[in-house]
Amino acid sequence: MSKAKEQKMNEKYPTLPKTPTGITGLDEITGGGIPKGRPTLVCGDAGCGKTLMSLEFIIRGAIDFGEPGVFMAFEEKTDELAMNVASLGFDLDKLQEEKKIKLDHVHIDRSEIEETGEYDLEGLFIRLNYAIDSIGAKRVVLDTLENLFSGLSNEAVLRAELRRLFHWLKDKGVTAIITGERGEGKLTRQGLEEYVSDCVILLDHRVINQISTRRLRIVKYRGSVHGTNEYPFLIDEEGISVLPVTSLKLEKPVSSERIRSGIPALDKMLDGRGFFKGSSILVSGTAGTGKTSIAAYFANQTCSEGNKCIYFAFEESPNQIIRNMHSIGVNLQQYVDEGLLKFFASRPTLYGLEMHLVAMYKTIKKFKPQAVVLDPITNLITVGSVSEVKSMLIRLIDFLQEEQITVMFTALTLNTIISDQTDEGVSSLVDAWLLVRDIEYNGERNRGMYIMKSRGMKHSNQVREFVITDKGLDLVEVYLGPDGVLTGSAREAQILHEQTGEVLRDYAYNRKDREISRKRKVLEAKISSLQTEFESIEEELNKVSQEEELVKQVTDKTRAEITQRRGEKG
Amino acid sequence: MVEQDPDYNGLDEQQSYILRLFVTGASPNSSRAISNLKQICETYLKDNYELEIIDVYQQPMIAEREQIIALPMLLKVFPSPVRRLMGDLSDTEKVLIGLGLKKY
Repeated sequence: MSKAKEQKMNEKYPTLPKTPTGITGLDEITGGGIPKGRPTLVCGDAGCGKTLMSLEFIIRGAIDFGEPGVFMAFEEKTDELAMNVASLGFDLDKLQEEKKIKLDHVHIDRSEIEETGEYDLEGLFIRLNYAIDSIGAKRVVLDTLENLFSGLSNEAVLRAELRRLFHWLKDKGVTAIITGERGEGKLTRQGLEEYVSDCVILLDHRVINQISTRRLRIVKYRGSVHGTNEYPFLIDEEGISVLPVTSLKLEKPVSSERIRSGIPALDKMLDGRGFFKGSSILVSGTAGTGKTSIAAYFANQTCSEGNKCIYFAFEESPNQIIRNMHSIGVNLQQYVDEGLLKFFASRPTLYGLEMHLVAMYKTIKKFKPQAVVLDPITNLITVGSVSEVKSMLIRLIDFLQEEQITVMFTALTLNTIISDQTDEGVSSLVDAWLLVRDIEYNGERNRGMYIMKSRGMKHSNQVREFVITDKGLDLVEVYLGPDGVLTGSAREAQILHEQTGEVLRDYAYNRKDREISRKRKVLEAKISSLQTEFESIEEELNKVSQEEELVKQVTDKTRAEITQRRGEKG
Repeated sequence: MVEQDPDYNGLDEQQSYILRLFVTGASPNSSRAISNLKQICETYLKDNYELEIIDVYQQPMIAEREQIIALPMLLKVFPSPVRRLMGDLSDTEKVLIGLGLKKY
């Protein structure tokens, strides 16, 4: 109870003030930057980007945050530094003239130096102090302070003086970055970390499977929450970008808006309206089943609606894709020209997985597309293991969903393993999964497509035949006959066969009909002749009976006449 | 060029030594350095040197120009090679080596 109360009280205290570094992503990991008014240690092996990172801290501070900075270089000369960052588009000379930055190169030449007794580093203090005061600096970088140890041999003095230096920097109220070369078993060769206790950032440059990746980790950050993972970072023409890609939360916005796939028949299978906006779609299939074509159709559809799309190609060059898609009636070139479609082709082995992710992240952030295509993700496996690829894709999907960007992956499944659980294990991550399969039957190979899953919508459970013609893609209902599923020419033949049968049946019906009517006619004729016969017999019979009647009448009459005559005589 | 000292009668050097001593005010190290240097100069370079003592506190911009880190520092400008002698100059042996007055 009291503890909770205490915690509540603590929240009211001001949190550690921070100085934004201006380096993309680093401020997000550190929750706002490095500790304000305190020294931070940046350490790492040679060539891992310490100098660049610290220099960017100074430059960004001067340009973006209006905080002048002093860069004291113990390694490189000032003109070398200026040249190094000129490629990033920064003009150090101009910044120096404007009194926003002060570069100072500390030159220590062992051969010129003779140590003759007690000394201290007061000269460095005076120099630094003068540099800070001359431009009103708020930021200070001491690039590889440890070089002092190679120039001066009295370690005891140096250590005492370094301790004093860090205190002095704190008193001065400047935010400082001290860089240090990584030592064996220690963060820095001279154990600088014991003097700098507030924030330590470790840079790393690792080569795994011949592919190098730069990574950054915050070893410690007193008084602040920070990301603890190793984050990949990229040095490119815009400086350093760190990528805090793993979002820990699953609180993404969702949309019930629909986005069309570009194939009307497929949309029809998907509740008649297509995919959800911001969802992830996986198209998997064996080689040559038309995955790229589906992806290109999707890109085409997106662009034709006036939306932007990025196509990340890991297998084919953009021109190759454009040419190939031309053959099925998709003109992607027009959208490239209009600036709606952007191809981003790179060999998977160009850099490590993380770097791919960073590069994609940057491109997406810059271009702001509504849809993204990755073709194919399977190729990424060449630069990482399945689990690595999966974790990378998780992060990519995470990021894309946050940005409400629809993504379509294509994945190659091998002929030998027709398993539903390959696909780099992303099948459980994606929202919709289309499977394109070979159906080999009757001496030919056809494509069948079905929807494995499609979250949140009613979708067809039917296998459709996927037809690619020079007019485009279409889905045709497969023939389900007594012999099973028929596709391709077998389906055509079956249809033909059925049509023939129908004609024959019709003909047969007709003949039977005619026969019946003929029979009826014969029967009717027979009936009428019988009737005539009967009438004639009847007439005959009648005639006999009339004759008999007549005879009887005549006989009776004669008898009566005789009787009468006898009576007269009598 | 530095004018030749008329009283100079050295064997190998034609010109006088030019020395600059950078100190920080009146700190113990600085005071010791000054007194040590004066003693060495008087002993080994009598009247054959020009010494300038500079208080870096007073002229902080000089620190960058002269590549000053550790103080006190004695800079031997002439004769070449340029040498930087750090410390309070209490190790006479090393000072003499640094000034080129003694071989190893």
